Amino acid sequence: MAVSKQSYDAIVIGVSAGGLVALTEILPKFDKDMTLPVMIVQHQHHDSDDFLVRYFDHLCRHSVREVEDKMPVESGTIYFAPANYHLLVEPDKTLSLSTEARVNYSRPSIDVLFESAADAYTDRLVGIILTGANSDGTHGAARIKKLGGLIIVQDPETAEAQAMPMSVIKHVQVDHILPLNTIGDFINRLNQEGYSF
Amino acid sequence: MNRAGENIKNERIEIRLLLEAVNLKYGYDFRNYSFAHVKRRLEKRLNLSGMDNFSQMQHRLIYDASFFNLILFDLSINVTEMFRDPWVYKKIRGTVIPVLKTYPYIKVWHAGCSTGQEVYSMAILLEEEGMKKRAQLYATDFNELILSRAKDGIYPMDVMRKYINNYQKSGGKKDFSDYYAADYSHAIIKRGLRDKILFSSHNLVTDGVFGEMNLILCRNVLIYFDKALQNRVLKLFHDSLCPGGFLCLGTKESIKFSELSDAFELVCDQEKIYRKRR
Repeated sequence: MAVSKQSYDAIVIGVSAGGLVALTEILPKFDKDMTLPVMIVQHQHHDSDDFLVRYFDHLCRHSVREVEDKMPVESGTIYFAPANYHLLVEPDKTLSLSTEARVNYSRPSIDVLFESAADAYTDRLVGIILTGANSDGTHGAARIKKLGGLIIVQDPETAEAQAMPMSVIKHVQVDHILPLNTIGDFINRLNQEGYSF
Repeated sequence: MNRAGENIKNERIEIRLLLEAVNLKYGYDFRNYSFAHVKRRLEKRLNLSGMDNFSQMQHRLIYDASFFNLILFDLSINVTEMFRDPWVYKKIRGTVIPVLKTYPYIKVWHAGCSTGQEVYSMAILLEEEGMKKRAQLYATDFNELILSRAKDGIYPMDVMRKYINNYQKSGGKKDFSDYYAADYSHAIIKRGLRDKILFSSHNLVTDGVFGEMNLILCRNVLIYFDKALQNRVLKLFHDSLCPGGFLCLGTKESIKFSELSDAFELVCDQEKIYRKRR
């Protein structure tokens, strides 16, 4: 059987309770030549400041930014949704914000990011669901899968809160269930080699 | 491109045609709204309506005005509060007000005022700074129904409690309850504040310049527009400001990615307060 290779244009990550530890295990591991842009929704309190962004900008090789409306998506850059705003990807690959009602009790909501990013990147998108104590992200992961993208879920055994990865595993045909400490390297390989299947 | 990707493209065509129909039939122009946002809102209505696709929705909204009214509400986001982002009001108090005090008379425009909470906040701020008598406030929105709610100035008591908290954080100088009358369930903003504000219908997408303002506030409205429409509206604001006039946007909005980035100077980065260059 011929091996076909799929390459990707962007990564979206959804993470909730336990996210600081999980992201600290993943983001600083990215190689210098990691070119895929990464958009992240980390659930946080609506009053939160930009601590996360400053923390990871200090820790990572890549530039880490809090999204401002209509920012163009640039390669090798890590973007965080600001507290109290939904983050969406436009068809022209710019980033939009919205203050519409909470989705799954959350603003930013992982579903909102994943669904819009799936529309924008179709089969060239990787979605990653990490630790979390709710089920935000399940609909979004399903849309990414439906449009031909790749879904990676943190192995619930290695997650501080299991509900979020469990929900995706239950409802979506996921491609990989990976322990937390291997996700960073997996993404590096994906960036270098594409994905063979 | 796979089948699913092709479907996404087809769906985009359907949505563009639907927005065209809305514009032709009802005169509301959403064609340059942020596409991802519009799609999300229309998708929600599609799921609720039980229809199969956006083309069916288009047909129905042309013949059924009450169905269109639902969509009109879906597409206008009315999330707001009094003294929203209190630290922004604190900055306005400390940085913008001292400059405005040097004018004999000032005009303030809240563009996209929604249900009015932020314009009442500004009226309170101006009263506390002793500027109420020499200020005129204008508040506009394209949605007439929302505008009439803004004019009423009636809000549920449970949200007023959050507003009290915001007011205090914003550097409020008095007892917040001085500014409204309340019964068990609702509060009404006092007449003296309501009378300072001229509410009128204005559509940022299609209408023109609006007087010569000293301060324009338009927070979390531009995020729903695409870049082309943002440029148009920022130009409109530029033309509606006196030289040295102030523009206050939402805290995650920026003119950095627009054509007007050189026409304003940045006064406060965190609060997104700009000033028209002289």
